This record gives sequence, C-alpha cells and structure tokens, in this order.
Amino acid sequence: MATDLVPEVVQPAAGSSRQASPPKRKRRTRNVPLWRDLLRYRWLYLLLLPGLAYFVIFKYLPMYGLTIAFKDYVPFLGYSGSEWVGLKHFQELFTGPDFGRLMFNTLLLAVLTIVFVFPAPIIVALLLNELRVNVLKRSVQSLIYIPHFLSWTIVASLTYLLFSVDFGVIANFIHGIVGGQQADYVAQAAWFRPLIVLQLLWKQTGWGTIIYLAALAGVDSQLYEAARVDGAGRWRQFWHITLPAIRPTIVVMAILTSGHLMDSGFEQIWLMTTSLNRDVADVFDTFVYYIGITQGSFSYATAVGLFKGVVGVVLIFGSNLLAKRLGQRGLF
Amino acid sequence: MKQRLRYYDSVGSRTFDVLNVLFLIGLAVVTVLPLLYVLAGSFATESEISSRPFFLWPHRFVTSTYHYIFSTDTFVRALLTTIGVTAVGTAIQLILTLTMAYPLAKRFLPGRALVLNLVIFTLVFSGGMIPTYLVVRNLGLLDSYWALILPLAINPFYLIVVKSFFQELPEALEEAARIDGCNELNVFLRIVLPLSKPIIATFSLFYAVGIWNDYMSPLLYIDDSKKWTLQMIVRQLTAANADSANVLQQLETVTFPEQGLKFAVVVVATLPILFFYPFLQKHFAKGVLIGSVKE
Repeated sequence: MATDLVPEVVQPAAGSSRQASPPKRKRRTRNVPLWRDLLRYRWLYLLLLPGLAYFVIFKYLPMYGLTIAFKDYVPFLGYSGSEWVGLKHFQELFTGPDFGRLMFNTLLLAVLTIVFVFPAPIIVALLLNELRVNVLKRSVQSLIYIPHFLSWTIVASLTYLLFSVDFGVIANFIHGIVGGQQADYVAQAAWFRPLIVLQLLWKQTGWGTIIYLAALAGVDSQLYEAARVDGAGRWRQFWHITLPAIRPTIVVMAILTSGHLMDSGFEQIWLMTTSLNRDVADVFDTFVYYIGITQGSFSYATAVGLFKGVVGVVLIFGSNLLAKRLGQRGLF
Repeated sequence: MKQRLRYYDSVGSRTFDVLNVLFLIGLAVVTVLPLLYVLAGSFATESEISSRPFFLWPHRFVTSTYHYIFSTDTFVRALLTTIGVTAVGTAIQLILTLTMAYPLAKRFLPGRALVLNLVIFTLVFSGGMIPTYLVVRNLGLLDSYWALILPLAINPFYLIVVKSFFQELPEALEEAARIDGCNELNVFLRIVLPLSKPIIATFSLFYAVGIWNDYMSPLLYIDDSKKWTLQMIVRQLTAANADSANVLQQLETVTFPEQGLKFAVVVVATLPILFFYPFLQKHFAKGVLIGSVKE
C-alpha cells in the first residue's frame, strides 16, 4: 500500500479526474435546505467537528486576538474592553530604537541563509545523483538525514559542547592550528552568525536533498540515452538534462524560502542568544518574546508580530507572482 | 553500451567519481561525528574528556554519569513527563488529524471547500506567538501539560497529506460497505482506518518526534520547573548562559564531572529519536513528497 503511494498521489495535483461522488450523492442544489445536508451527512460533520474546533480555537481565535495590536490590552478588560489606540504601537515600533537593528539582523540572517543554506541541498542532491553505487548512496542518505530529527536544544547543546572554551573539541582544534588567544565562539557576537549558518547547514542540508532527489529520480532515462547517442558527455548531460529537470523544484523551494525570510527560527536563535551577543542576535521573533512574555507588553509585542506576519504574506505572494512572470509554475 | 563505457571511462569522469565519493563519505562522517563523540564522552571519565582532544572510544569505560542522572528527581521527572506528554499528545494529534481528514476527502460534502480553505490559510498566515499565548492563558492552560499538546493538536501540512491519502483509497470498498448498511462512521472505522496503517505509522512517528523535540511550548507555557520536559533540562544544563543554579540545585551541589553529565543528558534526550530513526526512515520520504503537492 505504502510503496505505491508516491506516484499515485503526486500526480493528481490537478486531481479532479476521479468521479468521486456516487450517483445518489448529488451536490446540494439551492432548493435543499441546510438542515437536510446536516442530517444526511451527520456522521461526516461529526467527524469534522473536533478538528474544526481546534482550528477555530487555536488558529482563528489568535487571529481575532491580533486586534489587540491596535489597543492597549489589559487582561482584566479583555479583548473588546481594552482601549482602542489605533496605530500607536506601530508608530512606536517604526520610530523606536530597535526597529533598524531588528530589521538588519533579520534580513542579514535571511541573506546568509539564501546564499549558504539554500543551495547546499541542491548541490548535495546533484552529487548524490551522480553516485552509481546504490549501497553507498543509500548509506550516505541515511546518515545525513539524521540531524533533521534532533531538536534545536540538542543542536545548541552540541554546539556549546564542541565550541566552548577549554572543553570544546572544535574550539581546541582551531586553537591548536591558529594559536594565540582562544576565541569564545559561543558567547562572542562576531561568531553568532557563522554558528547559526553552520547549524542550519548541519541540520537541514541532508533532509533538504529529499525533494530534489525525488525530482531527479523522475527524469526520463531515455533523455540521457538520446543525449549519449548524440555524443553528449557527462557534463553536457548534466547541464542540458539534469539541471533543467530540477529547475521547477528549485523555483518552488525558492518561493517557500522567501515566504519565510522574516522567520528566523525562534528556537534556534533563542537558544544561541547570550548576554554578549544580544545586539546581533535579536530578530523579530525573539524580540516578540522578550517584549511580550518577559516584559508583558502584549499589545506592542502583538503589533511587532503582526508586522512580521503581514510582510511574510506579501513576500510569499510577491515571489509567487515573480516566479510566474519569469515563466515558471508557481505555487498557486 | 559501448559508448556508455567509453564515456564513463574518460579520465576526467573517473577523477570526478573518485572525488565525489570521497566528498560524500566525508560529508556523512562529519554529520555523525559530533553525535558519536558525545556518545563516547558520556561513558568517559572527566579527566579523559578534558585531556584527550578527540576520541570515539573511551580508555576507561564508566557509566557513573548515567547512574547519577537517573538518581536525580529532576531528570527522572522530566524524562517521565516527556514520555507521558509525547504518548498522550501523539494519540490526540492522530485522532484529530484522521477524523478531520476523512470528511475533507469527500468531494461531495457541502462546506468542504470552505473548511479546506480555512486550513490552507493558516499555512500562510497565523496569529503569532502572543495572541496564541493569550488564548492558552485565557483557557487556563498555563502550567498545564495540555498546553504542550492542544495548541499543536493538528499540523495543517500533515492534515492535507492524510486527506490526499484518503482521496486515493478505492471508492468501491467504501461503497460496498454503504450498501451493506454501514453509516459513514462505521465506514471510516472499519474500512478506511485499517487501510491506512502505513500513513498512521508515518504520522504517529512524525507527531511524536515533534512533541518530544518541542522546546518553544514548554518555554512559553510552563513556569513550574517541576513540570519541565527533557528539552528544558537539556537547555538548562548545557547552555552557556544557563541559569541552572536554582533549577537544578540538586545536580549542582554534588561535585560531579560536569562535562560528562552534559554529554549523558544529551545522549538520553537523543536516543529515543535515533532508536525510532530506522522506522521513520522507511516512511518519511513519502510523507515529505506528498506534502509538497499543491491542492
């Protein structure tokens, strides 16, 4: 059952080909009242109910809660009772001393991610694709997927254990080569961003290859045979067949990535933040936590979060539009 | 065939193959080395950890660190809490996901499109950290284990994947059951669920890993250190700026190999994941791929 799951499910994105509805279950026409549908499909609606309740309570109620970004929320007065202050909190954010720093830190991390982390799984997938010993290929895959399943606390702990002064294996190793004063990698601001990128590479590169490898596996082998007959060497086959084959996948992943430019990964950043690197470590996500949870300024923190969320929506729709303009298939 | 041999045998091509194999083996080794080192270190003496630069097998094999952490209330309580929350949480997540996915897979169901769009919208936009925190707080769930489960009860991605899976099941079986007088609930319980074992296995593992690894929820919702999960303990023990003194007094007052202790805690928090890894691996690639399909 499971083995033939992929080919079947991947295709029907267009999926309307099936005649789903049995004859007796016609679409509701205008003259059938609502209660009749409810009665007829009562079991299905009953099954739907708990999940729907979850979405209403934990997804849509918080969206209603976003209104406190425009109020001075006092828990005692509740959402609707608190005083309406309009854009006060947004003004505070945009004119305040933190905004520039938060924006810079968030965007710089995003740029570093795009430059170093985004291409890594593509490169590794292409290299894996060139491996012809299947056992080796599968073994390498099994090993490089592992870090994806480890929590950020474990990743941060490993980083501390490996890079700390005196005990850290890697810190000592670098010190042995470079000499001089030993750097405190985990505390110093200068090493914050390199460590973040390193962690992302270690944790996500292997996992990221899956989707590209699937795209590569779908390439028709006849294309390669035809190219070979025409005298194309290995490099030419790579350039003219392999690379174009995964371009749509790369575009989709790029759209998804750019939708998350503002999401710096709360857990990772939070765990790597120390009192010495706060200046470079603070991003919108962690700032919301400091302001909201630590200091209790719920309204201001909500405004910061809302700003971030809206930019995220704009980014994902924008990059989708851009991809379509450039002649690629977008996400939606 | 001849042509193929010739082209693979060119010097440049073979050089590339050799380098490629070396690079990928190197990559795999670099990926797992930190884990192996921590595992070895957790069985080593403190003096060995500080004196030897790097090792994968301790000279003197000791288990005293493990004896110690399992003798502390703090650690054992956190471990049991994490196991309990993971077990209950995964069950709830599975039930909610499966029951919601099934009606959403029925194209004839009035209102289906609306609900589906509501679900998809949450993938693009969410209320964010503070409004969600306030909902949890207003429900009186702060410092309750339910706060670690309910806010994450359904992963919208997984829901859509399970829904796609249900849509692919043969309609004839369900139809036969209906003709035999089964209502939709019984069709779901007796026909659909037994057919869904592979996907249930996959997502119970995904969900379990998610709860086990969750650090943000306990950080946000749990103040009482007696209710902390393993991830909180790991953080408190190993972080550079950790304020571990008052939380783990018990651990601190005993003079103990501090590094070895950290190693052992990291190992215990990681081991269950690595234990289930082979099972995960059997299915996860499929989960990822179906999840990438647009609706």
